[in-house]
Amino acid sequence: MSIAAKARARAAAAFPTDPTLPANLRRNAPLVPTDTAAGRSLAAVIAILTFLAGLCAGAAEMVATNAAQWQSSVAQEVTIQVRPGPGRDVDADVAKAEAIAKQEPGVARTRIFSKSESERLLEPWLGSGLDLSDLPVPRLIALRMSGDRVDLGSLRTKLVAALPGVASLDDHALWLQRLSTAASAFVGAGIGLVVLVLVATGLAVTFATRGAMAGNKEVVDVLHFVGAGDDYIARAFQARFFGLGLRGGGIGAACAILAFVIAGLVTGSASSGPAGQEIEALFGAFHIGWRGFFSIALIGGIASLVTGAVSRLTVRRYLG
Amino acid sequence: MKSLLPGAERPVVQFEHVGMRYGLGPEVLSDVSFRIAPHSFQFLTGPSGAGKTTLLRLILLSVRPTRGTVAIFGEEVSGISSEKLTLLRRRMGVVFQDFRLLDHLTTYENVALPLRVQGRSESGYRGEVVELLRWVGLGERMHALPPLLSGGEKQRAAIARALIARPDLLLADEPTGNVDPALGRRLLRLFLELNKLGTSVIIATHDFGIMDAVNARRMVLNAGRLRIEE
Repeated sequence: MSIAAKARARAAAAFPTDPTLPANLRRNAPLVPTDTAAGRSLAAVIAILTFLAGLCAGAAEMVATNAAQWQSSVAQEVTIQVRPGPGRDVDADVAKAEAIAKQEPGVARTRIFSKSESERLLEPWLGSGLDLSDLPVPRLIALRMSGDRVDLGSLRTKLVAALPGVASLDDHALWLQRLSTAASAFVGAGIGLVVLVLVATGLAVTFATRGAMAGNKEVVDVLHFVGAGDDYIARAFQARFFGLGLRGGGIGAACAILAFVIAGLVTGSASSGPAGQEIEALFGAFHIGWRGFFSIALIGGIASLVTGAVSRLTVRRYLG
Repeated sequence: MKSLLPGAERPVVQFEHVGMRYGLGPEVLSDVSFRIAPHSFQFLTGPSGAGKTTLLRLILLSVRPTRGTVAIFGEEVSGISSEKLTLLRRRMGVVFQDFRLLDHLTTYENVALPLRVQGRSESGYRGEVVELLRWVGLGERMHALPPLLSGGEKQRAAIARALIARPDLLLADEPTGNVDPALGRRLLRLFLELNKLGTSVIIATHDFGIMDAVNARRMVLNAGRLRIEE
């Protein structure tokens, strides 16, 4: 006998079919009515809350990713500032500072900003067309790091020793710290909002479950009379609310993911223009990556689980 | 022949000086004492408002007595755990006067409910449910939802639901109230068959035609007091 024939025989033995029994007879409908106006409203509330939580999580993920990118690109570059002083040859000082920097392991590339380039950097503040030749404009040397750990302390000490009061090293640590603090605060606020939204979901489900219990008092009574225990009834309500939570959470999470995908496509197509480039420079790339999409889907799943668990607890308390 | 097993012939239901009042209202049942023997068949009768439904609710353990003691299947029910309560209810079948079918479930699903809540698989009880539905004349209506059933069909579905798990005790509140006399007699025969198979039966009814058709004990309630006519 073939494997398929054996499987068919086993299935026939396990589920004997009555030839006179209607094939389309509904046999195991949910014990608690699901497709009610209250159920649809609750699913809509859960969908909206999940959508908002998904937006918060996606935004937090985007900020965290962009902040990490900014930090890594900024941290790869440090600047030496050489100030002109009375009786000093600033070009010689710049050359000396560059030579010290080049000897330092981990410095991949150096680039001296010429006098005119340094003056141009002041244009946003002082305006163009001014003669700055009399002003003691500091000269800058941009150092590109190779990625290995560079001992910036040693480089700073050498610069101060060779050019005291003239050269200083700016590793952007303060700016990086502020950026990191701001990003962490934003991510923390995002996580807090997600938690708040999940708590709100739990409260909404508590009230909805109480309403459903009151509305289905007769169902509960009948289930008791036919021999269903409290735990069985609680499971029936949990299944019903988990289903609603899954529907609401799924719709909300899908909408949030769709919103980020559309926003990413829109900003991606707009980034070819100057305005788009400005926006991208300011806010970073508008995409949340697989981790962001996974977080949003996870929120949808958690909202469903919260819905099921809270409804079960509420029913147990109601019956107890 | 008397059973040699200890406790085998314990009464299915035993009331001792039971009194019952709702809130601060008057006593609905006063000093009610009786025993329902295993395999027995009896009618519970009396005028409307005499306390029949309250007495059935006490047996079903949906209310507790204000005074006196109630024992079901030998288990004194004051302070009973919810798990034991569930097990006791699984040994009872009940037909409500207002049927209490679940409107969102089909007739088949309603009748199968007592077996489903026991955790049995649908394929395991399908044949029994269909057979019983056909026996009570609902073979063609197993798809239908209760709001689409006539009063008589609802009653038959409620009776089938009470019988499907072959209970040790059957309580029926006016089970023939909405059916024609011929079907009423047929349903009575079904209750008698069930009784012969060992189920104790209590039928609450006003229908003297049904009561006169069977030589059975009558429990007559009047103004909350019980009189037994053997």
